[in-house]
Amino acid sequence: MDAIKQSRLEAKYGNVKQAQGGKKEMNMGRGPGGPGGRGSMMAQGKPKNTAKSFFRLLRYLASEKKLIIIALVCAIINTVSTLAASYMLRPIMNNFLYHDEANPDITDRLVGLAWGIAVMAAVYGVSVLTQWLQQRIMLAVSQRSLKKLRGELYKKLQTLPIRYFDTHPTGDVMSRFTNDVDAVGEMLNHTLIQLITGVISLVGTLVLMLYTSLLLGGITLIMTPLLTYVSKAIIKQSRGAFKVQQKSLGMLNGFSEETISGQKVVKVFNHEQTAQEEFEYLNDKLCEAQISAQFKAGIMGPVTHQLSNVSYAITACVGGILMVTQGFDVGGLSISLNYTRSFNRPINEISMQMNTIFSALAGAERVFDVLDADPEPVDEDTVALEEIKGHVVLDNVSFGYTPEVTVLHDISLYAKPGQKIAFVGSTGAGKTTVTNLLSRFYDIKQGSITIDGVPIEKINRAFLRSNIAMVLQDTHLFTGTVRENIRYGRLDATDEEVEAAAKAASAHSFIEQLENGYDTMLEGDGANLSQGQRQLISIARAAISHAPILILDEATSSVDTRTEKHIEEGMDALMENRTTFVIAHRLSTVRKSNAIMVLEKGRIVERGDHDQLIAMGGRYADLYHEIAELD
Amino acid sequence: MKKYGKYVKKYWYSFLLGPLFMILEACGEFIVPVINANIINEGAANNDIDYIVKNGILMLIIAVLMMATGVLGANFAIRGSARLAAGVRKDVFAKIQKFSFENIDEFTTGSLITRITNDITQIQNFTQTLLRGMFRSPIMLIGALAMSFTLNPKLAWVILLVVPVLGLAIFFIIKTASPRYTRMQEALDGLNGNVGETITNERVIKSFVREEHEIKRFEEINDNLLQKSTSALKVMLLMQPVSALAVNITTLAVVWFAGRPIMVGDMLIGDLTAFITFLQQILMALNFLANIILQGARAAASNRRISQVLEADVKLTDDNGTSLDTVIERGEIEFKNVTFRYFKNSARPVLDKINVHIAPGELVGIIGSTGSGKTTFVSMIPRLYDADEGEVLVDGVNVKELSLYNLRESVSVVLQKNTLFSGTIAENLRWGNEDATDEEISYAASVAQADGFVRGFPDGYQTELGQGGVNLSGGQKQRLCIARALLKKPKIVILDDSTSAVDTATEASIRKAFREELPNVTKLIISQRINSVMDADKIIVMDKGAIVGAGKHHELMQSCEEYREIYYSQKDKGE
Repeated sequence: MDAIKQSRLEAKYGNVKQAQGGKKEMNMGRGPGGPGGRGSMMAQGKPKNTAKSFFRLLRYLASEKKLIIIALVCAIINTVSTLAASYMLRPIMNNFLYHDEANPDITDRLVGLAWGIAVMAAVYGVSVLTQWLQQRIMLAVSQRSLKKLRGELYKKLQTLPIRYFDTHPTGDVMSRFTNDVDAVGEMLNHTLIQLITGVISLVGTLVLMLYTSLLLGGITLIMTPLLTYVSKAIIKQSRGAFKVQQKSLGMLNGFSEETISGQKVVKVFNHEQTAQEEFEYLNDKLCEAQISAQFKAGIMGPVTHQLSNVSYAITACVGGILMVTQGFDVGGLSISLNYTRSFNRPINEISMQMNTIFSALAGAERVFDVLDADPEPVDEDTVALEEIKGHVVLDNVSFGYTPEVTVLHDISLYAKPGQKIAFVGSTGAGKTTVTNLLSRFYDIKQGSITIDGVPIEKINRAFLRSNIAMVLQDTHLFTGTVRENIRYGRLDATDEEVEAAAKAASAHSFIEQLENGYDTMLEGDGANLSQGQRQLISIARAAISHAPILILDEATSSVDTRTEKHIEEGMDALMENRTTFVIAHRLSTVRKSNAIMVLEKGRIVERGDHDQLIAMGGRYADLYHEIAELD
Repeated sequence: MKKYGKYVKKYWYSFLLGPLFMILEACGEFIVPVINANIINEGAANNDIDYIVKNGILMLIIAVLMMATGVLGANFAIRGSARLAAGVRKDVFAKIQKFSFENIDEFTTGSLITRITNDITQIQNFTQTLLRGMFRSPIMLIGALAMSFTLNPKLAWVILLVVPVLGLAIFFIIKTASPRYTRMQEALDGLNGNVGETITNERVIKSFVREEHEIKRFEEINDNLLQKSTSALKVMLLMQPVSALAVNITTLAVVWFAGRPIMVGDMLIGDLTAFITFLQQILMALNFLANIILQGARAAASNRRISQVLEADVKLTDDNGTSLDTVIERGEIEFKNVTFRYFKNSARPVLDKINVHIAPGELVGIIGSTGSGKTTFVSMIPRLYDADEGEVLVDGVNVKELSLYNLRESVSVVLQKNTLFSGTIAENLRWGNEDATDEEISYAASVAQADGFVRGFPDGYQTELGQGGVNLSGGQKQRLCIARALLKKPKIVILDDSTSAVDTATEASIRKAFREELPNVTKLIISQRINSVMDADKIIVMDKGAIVGAGKHHELMQSCEEYREIYYSQKDKGE
């Protein structure tokens, strides 16, 4: 990659390590920035966050208290029995395992040995059984907690405002669900169990060690502060590095998601090479971040392990001297050395898992970032409405997605129940924005919108939306059968109603021709259908709902005119008794409306019905006669 | 395994030095107990404090050396595995870039992304564990075994008896767990796909107030993942207790069998202590091996999924092209008996024996009902799909003989599903031509009637677009996509219903500009509006995968029933 491209990418993604924000902030138009936007999303990397995240993670285990206590009891029994088994070696060695020239009869001692071994076997049995039991319980606990975490994350996602999705790359949000939750999972699965048993066996070993020999136990104990100090230093070094790692992973995920979703465009533009270069740039960044993070954590293993070897050496040395000078017993030294090892084993094991712990904590922070994002504000003092009739009034509404750019200026309009209002205007005039406001995807700051006389801020958001059926400009279908997709409009609709809706939308005949008719599976946003067919299905989806307000945003733009003519009857039936807002370029669709609003640069420049507007001889008439130059 | 081999070769020093240092560290691991045995057997027995201290210092030196080798080993293992993963990730992404449209349709976006990150991370973790433990654990195992054999061959046989039993147990554990891991990874795919879909469809979900419904759906998927992971992990969980059991039994057996020789004076007590230490080491090595095997089972499942991508059969290549150097100059198009199906077993073909000739520089309109095959028809020209039967010729050459790069450089398609990418408007337009000057960009944009609104933005062409161009209206997006296509300076330009969200007047201006500014470019325009195609040099009318009429407007009005129907469906409204 040459230097120019390199610097271009540097500029685009910034220095990951410093500018935690990654890509530059979007700075215009629809829905950028905003509260809870990209800037404030990024981890600040304060140490207390790490501890906080850790304890917050533990809270997910809280509901499993009983099982965790059982697991803890098992862990204690396991540790005690493991220690007991090893401690029993001392009396066995001292009492039976010696060579005595004076007493050649060894039968008694052999019998004693056999008994000793039998008891040890029983203790070992208990230890293995409890080990398994405790791990099995913790597996169930951790998997359930993960499920809970994912479930909460998903629920949270559903409460986030549309603005959030405008400002966060899909791939990055997905990465939080998988890579980050997974990282947490690894820790809950393995490390947490080891943390618990580790502490128990540390304490147990220490007690036995001091009991066996105060001096030798003391040596190991002296090593502990050193060990803690070293560990702390390493942890301090790696914490930030792991945050960079998880962030780089999210960025790579974001880029992959965007590119792969648009892969067909990449191909028709021969853009594979450039995409590859950008990927490699992010890939290299990730690789470097991983090496830096994992190396810092990777030192932990060998260092702590060798510190334990140092105490082993000192114990052996001092123990040997004790044997010479004080007649310390062989069995005592032997198990002391064993204890030194078992004392250090949990420390080693935990320190070997630093990778997992740090990835998990960095991941947890990113998950919590989403959980802490501002949801759609809670409805306050709502007016209880029995039903909505569809009396819609916009009074002097002005709106901008960002404070700097106003998209709509002083929009006022009035729709009686059952009336059909059309919006006409050049692209970017603000037509879709009006419908966005009606369904409260965004809240207005100036002017008021009322439905049946009630300001929409006072109407419960869910109730409001369930009374508005929308066919959006970008058709989005779900993985599932055609039938399920249509039924999405009203979940309790019968099969007959589904078919009736499909017929009204002129979708019935092509659906019948699909491989499995209404039970044909749609995958990847209905990739196996043509654009027009997808629009027909989304019209059917709206048709089946009983909502009194209907919004059709370029609903038939990809449907051919003959089919459209077929739908017309169905559409007329659909719009009957519903307040309908239509956005369309084809003026034929708009003609029958009760009122037509001609929008330009966010203002209504003309209004009236078809005949009035034609008679007026303004914009609309020009458009209709195709002599207009709007833009 | 070839896919990893080349990176092992490239970063051979990491793959060599990592294990090497780990071996050195492992060597220290069993020298220490020997020195320890000496301290007890020689030093303590002979009251030789000097000997004890000397050996103690030796142990300390060894510990320091081991620390150094351990750190170095970890360093190389981490570097090696990270670089290997980065390499494979790069290859997988490159392979996806080579995918034909057919391949893209086959894999879902969600699953490709899981493969690029999650699955490769599994491989990376495994490689790292492998590099750190590959030789270390076996060597510790073998070393400990060897040492115990030298110490006392009779006793060491006990250990060997346990090994096959343990091996068999591990084998069965892995055999059971491996397919479960695959299912676990599939469940993860399902979850990923659902999350991706939810995020893109969020507006629909909110407008139908289906949050609860989606949450319930997710609940099932989430539950499925829980079941599948628990079922896989619980089997692997048996690994540790089983190996612990084996080692415990061995320890007891050793103590028992050492009993008599020690009592009769054939064996020293220090040897038994060393023996037990070796057993402990064997247990640790076994645990480590179990861990490697555990990760290995996961990695194997991930490896299969990566291989599926890397080994996916990309049928649409130009490897056998005979005119790879040919550059398209005129933009002539000819279809000879072209038949095509997306699903090879579907009854009705999507394109049915298409025959058509389009002369260079012509403006061709394509019209027809929803699902009649218009998009498929134009997709054959830049060879997005290969014809099942018949030939597609550009400039008289079968597209299969041309290099894909040259062909697609000269054929610009504006797809129906427009995608813009995050970055500035200028960056997006430069997709068409990386080296385009600012003048060229604004010229292309003005032909597409986009220059005006872009200049209206405070930052003009430097305006940042969100992902997918969320901050633009549908019509603005379409016009930018057209400008992007024009910057390629193509010989053939195809607009697949690319002005559906553009208002009539603007669209008319685009058509006018096309005629005036691109006289030598063959222009194909798919549209629903009769006005958009009426004045074309040639209009192609499609129905049910066949061309039912081709010619000028007035000819078709006389000869083509379908065309008349379309015309009157739009024009009978009082003009």
